[in-house]
Amino acid sequence: MSGRLEITVGPLLFNWPAEAVRTFYRRVADDPAVDRVYLGEVVCGKRGPLLADALAESAEALEAGGKTVVWSTLALPANRRELRASAALVEAGGPVEINDISALARASTGAPAGTPFVAGPFLNVYNEAAARELMRRGCVRLCANIELSLGAVAAIARGCPGLEVELFAYGRLPLALSGRCYHARLHGLHKDACQFVCERDPDGLAVATVEATPFLAMNGVQTLSHGVHVVDVEPARLREAGVGALRLSPHTGDMAAVSAAFRRFADGRSSPPELRAALAAAGPPGPLVNGYVHGARGLELLDA
Amino acid sequence: MLRAAVEAGADSVYCGLRDATNARNFPGLNFSPDELAREIEWAHGRGARVLVAINTFATAGGIDPWRAAIDAAAAAGVYAVIVADLGVLAYARERHPGLRLHLSVQAAAGTAEAIGFYAEAYGVRRVVLPRVLSAAEVAEVCRGSPVEIEAFVFGGLCVMAEGRCALSSYATGRSPNLAGVCSPAEAVAFDRTSQALTPRLSGLAIDRLGPEEPAGYPTLCKGRFEAGGATGYLFEEPVSLNAMSLLTSLRDAGVTAVKVEGRQRGRAYVARVAAAFRGAIDALERGEDLAPWEGRLADLAEGGRETAGAYRKRWR
Repeated sequence: MSGRLEITVGPLLFNWPAEAVRTFYRRVADDPAVDRVYLGEVVCGKRGPLLADALAESAEALEAGGKTVVWSTLALPANRRELRASAALVEAGGPVEINDISALARASTGAPAGTPFVAGPFLNVYNEAAARELMRRGCVRLCANIELSLGAVAAIARGCPGLEVELFAYGRLPLALSGRCYHARLHGLHKDACQFVCERDPDGLAVATVEATPFLAMNGVQTLSHGVHVVDVEPARLREAGVGALRLSPHTGDMAAVSAAFRRFADGRSSPPELRAALAAAGPPGPLVNGYVHGARGLELLDA
Repeated sequence: MLRAAVEAGADSVYCGLRDATNARNFPGLNFSPDELAREIEWAHGRGARVLVAINTFATAGGIDPWRAAIDAAAAAGVYAVIVADLGVLAYARERHPGLRLHLSVQAAAGTAEAIGFYAEAYGVRRVVLPRVLSAAEVAEVCRGSPVEIEAFVFGGLCVMAEGRCALSSYATGRSPNLAGVCSPAEAVAFDRTSQALTPRLSGLAIDRLGPEEPAGYPTLCKGRFEAGGATGYLFEEPVSLNAMSLLTSLRDAGVTAVKVEGRQRGRAYVARVAAAFRGAIDALERGEDLAPWEGRLADLAEGGRETAGAYRKRWR
């Protein structure tokens, strides 16, 4: 793969108020560093209806700003309503990112044949044979699972000619999903009557060990890393590995500075240490980590 | 171990080949292809089925061992293989169309739609459900599923959707999806002082136990952590799953098979658990009350405590 590395904005993982969502995407719509934006609630089906209007307006603003808009499906749909919401995104026929096999069933059978889709990072694609199975069903792009090293991603890309490959390149790592809502549990509430307490923590709620070492972050049914992952691999090596796009996961802090820093880095105008310094100055919710992409423990920060 | 389970009344036993293709890749636990063939013959003589777990995700750029494991299982005449990886499923379907395929819990198929996809695309005949569904959700999945459903009833309790959890690799570098292990033993250490016992994973304290508190295996999601000023078991208590009390509702929901964990356990444990569930299921078939069977395995629970987990809806 050659040419300019794309910068994309991943789906917002946190429960932001509708007005904050509108403000964020209005800003992204005018951000020259960003090429593509993934919209939609992927974590909790209860949040989706609250944001439907804000997201629809954001999609219009983003498209008017020249961005490619892709709708992302729920990663762990748990009931009929949530499954219908995912199915509706697929059947709408526009670009869609699939984060659960349930929606793939729909893409393969319910939607017009061969409807192209993006395979999201929540799918278990760990090798080229699995990726090829998705390609047979219309997958045109894979956002690699966060656990994969660059070497593994390169092997997948080599085995899947024509597949566009995107990396989760900035943000708290989405580590786990559950049927249980940890925010509700922490506040002594039940998931079904959660009072949307997760909205108090726009980057997730930090979870520390009993020795006060920051470790994870809870976000409703999702558990993320406390550390903020950064793909700080030289663009030439990324392209050699078949990577064509870097995904930035929305956080509070200066996301315009984050996307600008990645644009400079992707264009070869800054070094890995300069990228990390720019990101650290943009107010990330935790320390930078990069272990996974280098084949190490996810929480490590290696000097790339 | 396999023989202990069969002699105690198990209808089917999952085992693994001695390599990274199964999710219990521990020394001394699994079979060579020759041993597998011998155990299958033994089990057939007793009317039991042997199934092989090839349920890890194949390594990018190194898929051959998974294909070889499928070939070996097929050659040994197993009743079924249990698989999670799309690429491995595709290989098995294409190369061994007669081989019965079960879908591992690691594939994270928790909806009738997902199950329908695997059934249609790969001819999967049975699906193991994640342990995050309530009994009502299990019933709904069963109603919509074109194939058999299997549910965990005893052993470890994953509180994260299986196959969707990278907590272990974030802390230790190895995880179920990457390496077939969670909170791996080589990363575990215990600090002891006169006041407290601190279990660690890769150096991170994941609990602090007083002298009177029982210490189970330090699994990450069952550790004690701090958030928002509160310290406690934020994800799950150090408990293990026992759904004996839900056998009736699982049967009524349409569940075909119930599964107990065995491969990491001792022979005596496996024999007791298998015998208890055999007895309870037989009692259920005879229309008897299950109350006498409940609590019979309580002393086997991790840290001494057990739960029906997500099967009871208030768990969420």
